[in-house]
Order: sequence, then C-alpha cells, then structure tokens
Amino acid sequence: MAIWLVQLALDRWRHAEQCQRGEGADSEPLVLITETAHGPRVDAANDAGREAGAEAGMMLADARTLCPQLKVAPSDPAGDLAFLERLALWAQRWGPWSAIDAPDGLLVDVTAVAHLFGGEERLLEDVHTRFAAQGLSVRAAIAPTAGAAWALAHYASGATILAPDDDGAARLAPLPVAALRLDGDVLLVLRRLGLKQLGDMEQLGRDAVQRRFRSRRSPSVNPLVRMDQLLGRVPEPLLPVVAVEPALVQRRMMEPIRHRSLLDRVLEDLAQDMVRELDARGEGARRLELGMWRVDGEVVLRRLEMAASTRDAAHICRLFAARLDDVDAGFGIEMLRLRASWSEPLALTQAELDAAAEEHGTSLAACIDRLTVRLGPRAVRRPVPRASHVPERAQGWQAPLEPEQALQHLFDFHSRPLKILERPEQIAVLYTSPDGYPRRFRWRGDVHEVVRVEGPERIAPEWWREKGSARLRDYYRIEDGAGRRYWIYRAGLADDGRGGMPDWFLQGMFG
Amino acid sequence: MDLSAFPKAAQLASLGQQAPRWRPGLARAKARDRHNELFASADEASGAACALALALDGMRHATDGRLEEKSLLWVQDAASRRKTGVPYRPGLPRELRHRVIHVAAQRIEDALFALEEGMRCRDLACVIGEVAGNPQALDLTASRRLSLAAEKYGVPLFLIRHDAQRDTSSARMRWQVRSAPSLQPRWNTAAPGQPRWHGELFRARSHAPGEWILRDDGSSLVAERKGARIASPQDEGQIATPDHGDLAGAAGAGPLAAR
Repeated sequence: MAIWLVQLALDRWRHAEQCQRGEGADSEPLVLITETAHGPRVDAANDAGREAGAEAGMMLADARTLCPQLKVAPSDPAGDLAFLERLALWAQRWGPWSAIDAPDGLLVDVTAVAHLFGGEERLLEDVHTRFAAQGLSVRAAIAPTAGAAWALAHYASGATILAPDDDGAARLAPLPVAALRLDGDVLLVLRRLGLKQLGDMEQLGRDAVQRRFRSRRSPSVNPLVRMDQLLGRVPEPLLPVVAVEPALVQRRMMEPIRHRSLLDRVLEDLAQDMVRELDARGEGARRLELGMWRVDGEVVLRRLEMAASTRDAAHICRLFAARLDDVDAGFGIEMLRLRASWSEPLALTQAELDAAAEEHGTSLAACIDRLTVRLGPRAVRRPVPRASHVPERAQGWQAPLEPEQALQHLFDFHSRPLKILERPEQIAVLYTSPDGYPRRFRWRGDVHEVVRVEGPERIAPEWWREKGSARLRDYYRIEDGAGRRYWIYRAGLADDGRGGMPDWFLQGMFG
Repeated sequence: MDLSAFPKAAQLASLGQQAPRWRPGLARAKARDRHNELFASADEASGAACALALALDGMRHATDGRLEEKSLLWVQDAASRRKTGVPYRPGLPRELRHRVIHVAAQRIEDALFALEEGMRCRDLACVIGEVAGNPQALDLTASRRLSLAAEKYGVPLFLIRHDAQRDTSSARMRWQVRSAPSLQPRWNTAAPGQPRWHGELFRARSHAPGEWILRDDGSSLVAERKGARIASPQDEGQIATPDHGDLAGAAGAGPLAAR
C-alpha cells in the first residue's frame, strides 16, 4: 500500500496555525518558501495561492508579480521528514512494516492483512478517515508491487486498488511516464522522445528503449528497470522503518528533593538502573540527558557526552556531579529522568570495580571525560597534521580519541621547531648580513647575536586560500650566542610589489 | 609514635654517600623520582625539549628500549601558551609525535587539576606540565599533592616552570635548564646542529647535585659532565669516582657519622 500525503508541508503548517483547510489564516493566498542561491523559491502553495497563480517551483518574485498580497512562510523540510518518520511508525497499524518514501509518501506492507479490516476497500477507507482525522489529505493505493501502488496513488484517476489477478500492464498503461519514479532529466528525455504514457513504452519495444538507456544502471534513471519493478519482474528492496527506543529510566519522588546530597543519591540509583538497562541491550551510552522536573513545572536539563561508550555507573555519577553544581532546585525536584539519547554497541565485560580504578589508575577514556567535563571539549585536543605548506596551518586539532586521517608526511630534511607561537612575533633586526639574514636582532627586549644560521627555506603563500597580496616567507633556522635556537622568517621580498620593506618575525622555538 | 621506624641519624648521614650520582636511565630504576621540576626561561624551548628528552629516557629504560604505545598528556596554562607557544607536531620527537594529547587550561587551578587527573590515568606514559611564573595556587600543598599522585600511580610528571623563582616545592628532582650551544653538524658547519641543554640538578632527594650538558642522540640521552667526560649507563663502576661534589668522601675521609 502506498500512501501519498498530497500537501504534507501545508498540512503541517495548518497544524502549527491551528486552522482548517480554507479557513482562518489559510483563506488568504500563502506560499511556503526556501532560500536558494537565486533567491527565495516557492515550495508549496495553498488553494488560494494556487488560484492566484503561485505554483511550486516558482521563484517568489514571480509569484509576487502575479499576486502582490501573497503571504509567505518558511518551509521546513527537515521537520517534514521527521514528521514523516513518526507517521511511518504510526502507519504500522495497517501492516507489519512500513517504509518512508521521501519526500512525502509512505509504503506499508499489507500482504494478507486486508481481511482484518474487512477487505481492501474498507482498508483504504480506514486509511482515509484516519488521516483526515489528523488533518492530512492523502491518496492511498493498494497494488501487488510497491512501484504500482506508488503509481496508482500519485496518478490514477479512478480506482486505486490493483488486485493480484488483474492485468497490471493493461491497468497501468494509461498512466503518465512520471508514474515510474524517474529523475527529472530522464522524464524530459522521454517526453522529447514522445513517450507520454506507460503504454507507449510497451508499444515501442524493449530493445529500442534498452539501446537508449543501456549505460544507465541506477533504477531512478533507467525506465526499463522501473517498469520491471512496477510489474514485479525484478525485486525492489525497501528499507523499513524500525522504532528504536532510547534507554530511559526515571524516578518519582515521594517528597520533592531540595538538597544536593539527596540528589546525588537519586542520581546514583538512576545511573545503576541505566547501567542495568544498557547491560541488557549490550550497549554503552555516548550521550546522556538528565531531566529534572521541578514542583513548579520547570524542567532543568543537563547533557553529557562521553569520549567512548560507557556503562560504568560510578563514572556517570562522577561526570554528572560536576554538572549539578548550578542546578536551582527551587521548591524541590519531584521527578528525575535519565535518557541515553545516543548509545553504541558495547560488548559485555567483567564489571570494573571502582576500587580497581583507585588502585591501578583510570583508563584513558575516563581521564579524558573528566578533563572535558571540567575544561570543555575545546581544551583537550590532539595535534594532527593537515595538508598545508604554511607552518601554522600544517597543524590542526581534533578530539583525542578520534582516529587520525592518513596524510602524506613532511619531508625529514625540513626541520621544524618544537613549539610554535600562537601568532608570530615581530623582531627588530638591528644589523643584516650581506646574505640577507639578520646578524643581530631584538626580541622581547633582549638583543640576540646570531652565530649559526641555516636557510632560507622559502614557503610560498597558498594562492588557493589566501588573497593575492599575501607575501612569501623565507624561513631561517638560527642559533644565538647562548645556544638558543629560533625559527625566524622574513615576510616578503623588498621588490615583490606587495607592500613596503619586508618585516621579520619569530615564529617558533627549537628545543 | 613509633620512633624505631624512622632511620637513625647515622643512616641518614650515610644516605648522601650511598646515593648514586644522577645519570641517564636512572629515572625508572628508582620508582621514587617521579615528580620532576624544570626551571627554564620562557624565551626558549629548552625546558620543554629537555623535559621531553628526560621523559623519553625514562620510557626507553622502563621497557628495555622498546617504546610502549601510550599517550602523553601535555598541559599548559594560558600564560605559558602565550609566552612559549603550543607544541608543534612536526617538530616533536618522532616517537612521541602521534601520542600527544594537549590540554589548554585557562586558569592555574584547571591546569593543576588536569595534571593530577593525568597522573591518575594508567594509560598515560607521562605528564608534561607548563606553568608560567609563581602562581599562588601552586604552593607546597599543591606540589605535595602532585608528588603523591605521581608516586602512587607511577606516572612521571615533568613540570616546566617558566620564568619562575625557586620556591618551596616537594618535587623529587629540580633542574635549572638553559640552552647550550649545539653540536657542530657534520656537513653544514654554519648551521645549528643537534640541540644540547645545560642542566643543573640543584635539588634532588636521592642524588647529589651536579651540572651536565644533556643531549638526545636519537636513541638515548647523553649527559656529559662539565669536564666533558661522558657518563653513560655502561660506566657504572665509575659512578663513585670523585668530582667536585664529594671529593672528601671518595678520598676516604667521609663524614664521621657514617663510620
């Protein structure tokens, strides 16, 4: 069974506005728009809007020319999809499994199910009444294959039930080629070839069409594959929607709690419940959300993310303890709920006792969790190489336990400093040698006499990233009289035409 | 209190004589000296480089030359990041390059917390900290906490103190480090060569103070006494040979209390 939500976006908008179709805010012309690179584009128009001339796919400016009093609301494709997901789960009332048919359809498997509802007509009736009660306008069809049901739901003018013993090819022949679920450019090709109905393609002969589309493999661009799917000659796998309930535990209090010690105690119980829950599923939590319902109706939320999935109650408690310092209990908290909104499979292991951590130290993941909870995720990072020649860009930072990207290594003969200043500091060159490097310079108030030098290593600016006026750098590795080793560079050349005399900077320090 | 558990005065006095002079590779043999402090100028990277060299030396000797693949925690407070910059991966020693986890703490309290948490972690090879100046929070109590954590969990700590006074501290070994002129490279004699540092061990619980020129030759730490004699783990027998530290002891005229 295919269900097509004819005006999903508009129906959702009406829900939000709480008005019936054609009444209240919906009685005036309105369009839903998305911002595109060329300006706002109309996604959907309501009845009044369509009467006034607005159509889906138009630019808003064009629609405004036709109907100046047009009202505008932003469309919400992500919200529509989320809504559709929930709807797909709800639609499992009619069959054992359902799939999403983005952007605005559902497919429900009703094989050998119709008699439970009193026949296929009664089943479709039920679908229509249930969706109408939700304020959603739908077209539904039942057919032996998903493709045929889709085609009937979208394009059939009369009856939308195709029984298994009907002649499918004959019934579907008058439908337009758009019923094949093809991409726009393929439809354009077919229209140019003069193929308007499914029947035309059968008449033309399979070989002729095959020759035209022989290099196309994907079903959505090959009309023959789609035709075969429609008639059930080849299987069409569908991805069913499966509801995954996040692990959730909660405690209701006899008396509202107002003190931190009690809260910690309850949190401990919750964490143990959660660990049992996760244990049963063979999962570990990556993200935990603690909701605290207060007596006066406020909800306090605390969220926690872990570097590696965990199932350790003591660890969870310790991490939350740092987050609970600023919770305002008000007149008391009457319910607590802990939810693992992101969990990953974690094999069962022998439970590690907290005493073991005390004795032998914590694991790396636990250590990093503790550090990130107190210092923030941006403070604990690992330096990783990046593909760049410019020294400050050749090092990036990422979360400590993420795997590193494979990259080409630097050449070994490029020696690089142990530490790099967050921004290069300008040095005052007092005396330059004829070769071009400084013999004596002043930095942070000290005069340094250059004794040894190696260079220059010329690093050109990355033209694909920087402006054209960026200057090249000549790097020198120097050592001063006291043995201090620095990495200095001259930004630009005297006659490169990109500014005045080049300045000298100190960027790094060698060990 | 049971006074018999404490060492006798005679034993205490003889400790200084029995204690071997510091040499590379001794760090792991003695499990006590986990908390090291290195005083260095913020205008040079010698403190960090020397700490890395000492840490590498410890790791090499802990596992018989084979380096265990454990991470290294590098904690910096805001002032030391501003003054001396952040670690730069292409310039780090090859063995440690991919194992550094950097913690950028804003306040000194956060840095101390990160250091202690790092030492409690069994999956870390060592912890390197950088603190600029003499902050109020890093007093004797804080330093004692660090020492205890380092000794309890066995993770060495190398705390680099940039531009700091030698305040009271419970660090087991305290070094004053500065850059020394590098070795002359073989081919380009005008270029800077293999880095060397001048390290002065001015206070250590189990070693006599001394001065060395340190360098890492890629496979081990080499320490030369100021008199240019190379002290390596091979010449163990020569440890007791006299130098300016305890001339009298070697000459047979040790402290009377030791007899």
